[in-house]
Amino acid sequence: MDYSQFLVMKQEIGLLAVFLLVFLFDTFMPRGRQGAVGMVGCILFAIFTAFGFCPSFTCGVTDAFSGMYNSSAAVVNIKNILNIGALIVMIQALRWADQEMTRIRRGEFYELLLVTLFGMYLMISARHFLLFVIGLETASLPLAAMVAFDKHRYESREAAVKYVLTAVFSSAIFLMGLSFVYGLAGTLYFDGIALALWGEGVNTLLIVALAFVIAGIGFKLSLVPFHLWTADVYQGAPTPVTSYLSVISKGAAAFAFLVILWQAFGQVYSQAWEWMLYALIILTITVGNLFAMRQRNIKRFLAFSSISQAGYIVLGVIAMNPMGMSALMYYVLVYIFSNLAAFGVIGAIENNSGKLWIDDYKGLYKTNPRLAFTMMLAMFSLAGIPPFAGFFSKFFIFTSAINQGSIAIYVLVLIALINTIISLYYYLLVVKAMFISQDDCVIPNFRSACSERLALWVCVAGIIFLGIVSCVYNHLLQVAA
Amino acid sequence: MDISMIYYIVPSLIMFCCGIYGFVTRKNMIAMLISLELMLNAVDINFVVFNRYLFPGQLEGMFFTLFAIAIAAAETALAIAIIINLFRGSKNIDATEINKLKD
Repeated sequence: MDYSQFLVMKQEIGLLAVFLLVFLFDTFMPRGRQGAVGMVGCILFAIFTAFGFCPSFTCGVTDAFSGMYNSSAAVVNIKNILNIGALIVMIQALRWADQEMTRIRRGEFYELLLVTLFGMYLMISARHFLLFVIGLETASLPLAAMVAFDKHRYESREAAVKYVLTAVFSSAIFLMGLSFVYGLAGTLYFDGIALALWGEGVNTLLIVALAFVIAGIGFKLSLVPFHLWTADVYQGAPTPVTSYLSVISKGAAAFAFLVILWQAFGQVYSQAWEWMLYALIILTITVGNLFAMRQRNIKRFLAFSSISQAGYIVLGVIAMNPMGMSALMYYVLVYIFSNLAAFGVIGAIENNSGKLWIDDYKGLYKTNPRLAFTMMLAMFSLAGIPPFAGFFSKFFIFTSAINQGSIAIYVLVLIALINTIISLYYYLLVVKAMFISQDDCVIPNFRSACSERLALWVCVAGIIFLGIVSCVYNHLLQVAA
Repeated sequence: MDISMIYYIVPSLIMFCCGIYGFVTRKNMIAMLISLELMLNAVDINFVVFNRYLFPGQLEGMFFTLFAIAIAAAETALAIAIIINLFRGSKNIDATEINKLKD
């Protein structure tokens, strides 16, 4: 065997090294110094993230293990994007992990987070379904443990049970679809499946198999008929875990979804899965929006908002052109910054006063103007108001979908546009509560921790500058082509 | 003596449907977990049978089954741990009672 193949997996090996260092530090440091484990993890991971941007990461051989593993420029880029998001989550979590309840096992949070990220790397890089399934499970099982992290709090326990049961159920459905695909194609390599389908054409079994596969990944992406776990899990999980679930896990699943549908099932695009995605996108965006309006808990509210955002992300998959891929990556990048800004504010307020209802945010502008302003930027970016990055990400994703050209796509984009306007309503409800409404028991003024402020500054910079600095999108388009 | 493939596929599909039915209707969480195991095992049977009958020259399906068994074991271990954690707190693993999270 040629061991030099492992060198293609530079990013995985680097992440594994970071994980091992954090693990050793957590295990062998004397009691008094263990408090630094979060900081050490953040610094090591920041160095690793910076290395990801070195040009030497993208050149050279991209395939390994006879095509099972692929690390092309686009893959390296989406991994870098996820790294940035994971780093922000890790910094945001520093304060929370230092609390009395979680102090003794704070190292585990960082270790589990790095392991799930490793699984997402495998998901993204896999060009064979075996590696993909291993990556999927490596990503979702430690996440269930992370959801249960506050094990003495009832909500966290309930959310973990719901998450783990739906995760196993969805992977069982996914595997069933996969077994039919195997029976049809005789191979589990993505390109092998494409080749076999090219000769064979479409039959009923293939459509059933694809429906199972799409349903399985739809659970991970929380597309609408499969979204029922989302709100409960997001509400019950600790806030840093919720933010991780809603951006990083979703972004990785979306990119892997795109790779599977394009590379393995690209041949049967218009016959088999185009109309399935139509239905899913319309349902996801509309139902997500309608339910988001009536939420009063801010984490549940963001859960439904993230469901409808997932619908927009999948628009990039249905576009089926390089622009769709770049628009998807850009959307995930912008979504990371805007959603993490919102969760950063929520986490800071929760750590200081334990308040989680939208009504509690009334009059926040009077006492904490900076936090209120950050939250407003995040809401504007999520809604897609022009000067901020969220507008550009929505713009590019709609453009890529329209470039596909059929009449049906125009109708789909029109529905998505109408939904953007609806979403403006509920995003502005939060802004209204903070800036206009008056309340007697306002959240008192407080100074958030240094780490939280750092993470929020990064997010605000991302929201403001990502849209204006156009070279980011151009770079992604180059990479995807 | 030749047994045709259909005699394997139909039981495996019945197993899978029983698993889904059990997962949806059972109230005890351990029973739900057993139903999930049924579904995963149906998948394993499918892979082995497709490999044995349709593509006897290769081993991809067999290998996939081996990995799927390991993954199913890991999933069960984690789910049991989380269910025990829930039971410790509320002395109850009835799925209909686990409904405190709502707005």
